[in-house]
Amino acid sequence: MNGVEGFMYPNEVGLQWSVLIVLYPFITGLVAGAFILASLERVFRVEAVKPTYRLALLTALAFLLVAPLPLQLHLGHPERSPEMYFTPHSTSAMAMFGYVYLWYLMAVLVLEIWLDYRRDIVLMYQKAHGPLRLIYGLMTLGSTNISERSLAIDDRVGWIVTLIGIPSAFMLHGYVGFIFGSIKANPWWSSPLMPVVFIFSAMVSGIAAVLLLYMALTKLRHHTIDMRCVDSIAMYLFYIFIVDFSLEMLDLIHRIYEADESFRSLNFMVHTQLYFSHIVVQIFLGTLTPLVLLFLTQVINFPEVVRKRMYGIAGTLALIGIFAMRWNVVIGGQLFSKSFLGYTTYKMALVTREGLLMAIALTLLPFIFLSILLKLLPPWGEQPTHTHKAAAAD
Amino acid sequence: MNISRRQILVLLPAAAIAWKSVLAGTPEDSPNYKMSEHWWGMLIDIPKCIGCGNCVRACQTENDVPNGLFRTWVERYHVTDEDMISPQVISPDGGKEGFPVVAEDAGKYFFVPKLCNHCADSPCTQVCPVGATFVSPDGVVLVDQSYCLGCAYCVQACPYGCRYIHPEKKVADKCTLCYHRITKGLTTACCESCPTGARQLVDLKNPADPIHEFLKTHSVQVLKPQMATGAKAYYNGLDGSVR
Repeated sequence: MNGVEGFMYPNEVGLQWSVLIVLYPFITGLVAGAFILASLERVFRVEAVKPTYRLALLTALAFLLVAPLPLQLHLGHPERSPEMYFTPHSTSAMAMFGYVYLWYLMAVLVLEIWLDYRRDIVLMYQKAHGPLRLIYGLMTLGSTNISERSLAIDDRVGWIVTLIGIPSAFMLHGYVGFIFGSIKANPWWSSPLMPVVFIFSAMVSGIAAVLLLYMALTKLRHHTIDMRCVDSIAMYLFYIFIVDFSLEMLDLIHRIYEADESFRSLNFMVHTQLYFSHIVVQIFLGTLTPLVLLFLTQVINFPEVVRKRMYGIAGTLALIGIFAMRWNVVIGGQLFSKSFLGYTTYKMALVTREGLLMAIALTLLPFIFLSILLKLLPPWGEQPTHTHKAAAAD
Repeated sequence: MNISRRQILVLLPAAAIAWKSVLAGTPEDSPNYKMSEHWWGMLIDIPKCIGCGNCVRACQTENDVPNGLFRTWVERYHVTDEDMISPQVISPDGGKEGFPVVAEDAGKYFFVPKLCNHCADSPCTQVCPVGATFVSPDGVVLVDQSYCLGCAYCVQACPYGCRYIHPEKKVADKCTLCYHRITKGLTTACCESCPTGARQLVDLKNPADPIHEFLKTHSVQVLKPQMATGAKAYYNGLDGSVR
């Protein structure tokens, strides 16, 4: 049969999950990672990364708004998806998606952004005219009190929300890992490490994305890049990347050493069909190269301009590597037969509902959302000073 | 046309048999069917299977299965003496039209019919986000196609490759063990069409079912027992190379 090597169960020949399901964990990973970066400043008081705090939150929101779209487009009956809210199946990991998503969107991200921006929103509402005034008016939610005391409450509540947000971000993405890791029928996916690997890779991708966005946007605005900030972000990126890589290698070494019944089949797949995307792109180009670059920036005092370039290259490669990792998990997990006797191929369509063009559109959409958010809620300029008084008071 | 009494005597029994077949094809409703009194499964007697593909064709006709997808299919294994790990397996068009003549004589050849194992602890029903697929009280794994989202998570979760997304209905589809037939006292289309009795519908809650005697006296195995799915497709004479 076309595209099949060896023996596949006849129903396995066509892949069930397409490039859109690759995008879904990639996008939620960016959300979770960007939020964790924001929490570094808010909860762990890493003052150096402050210039990216609001940008990270808005980036997380822009991507989170797009996160359900690949899933909706993939469903055979998207109109029935509300059933996941109304009649969730208690034993299904996927049934939790709606709740985890809504919780993260409404109870964490939107709330935190609103609390952080409330003063700005009220001030912009007072200054604005026409439709913008209406928009900002709605965004105040009727709360226009910006007294010292009121802002102190915002700050304290915001701190608590961030604190809740960290495990929520872990849950949002760890849950995505669990969806794959809990499928015992698929040895490529079935691993208790999967949620942990997903969380750390999410942090890598989210932090890299915000780093790149911060540098690009600052350059576009003709401002000076705060090197203390990008150096700190790069340092966190480096350490988290090491943990992520170690976990992935642990999983790999464990598989190789255990060499269970699926090993021959998976090993063959990694050396043939997945060789380019797994070995070349994910491991060498997307992990080892940025790790070496980041390592060099940690041990050698390069001039600013060189560091910026190295961060730019490392961040881009890290994003490519994490995308390749999602690809290898989702697509790789469907290329081999559960009989371990054969392989199929994935042919990406171009203009279908789950095709390449749709995937590109969905990748660009968060940037459109982000540009709207950046216009409505500029993250630069005067930022409220989180003195953490409220938090520190206790 | 003159028909003699002698001819009538010959024709009448034939007509009676034909009428019985007609009745068998259009059974009466079974309002008295009680789900709690049955626990369905299937016995597959591998040495009896001749790979004719009758079961695949019957299933496709009975259940309007889309082309290229299968509720049941037949695989032909070719295992050489020393290589149990890498058997040569083929299933051209699900074995619907039988199999090509064996070219090589070395090793052993045998056919393995496959279908949904109607697992008691089915991984596919576990993962369904809305509970659209379920194990019925009489032990059949079914899909409520008016409720299924078409997310394909169940397809990923089935270790046996028995599920697919129906290309037109856009919902999960699979073997129903001919539920529309077995609840009316009939057997499944695949069992009925099997010329050698290699497939037999079994009711584990029926003490008179010959399956009990069979299980007592034969070495019977399920596919991928390490998956602990509570599979109810019992294979007699299952070779260790079968996946």
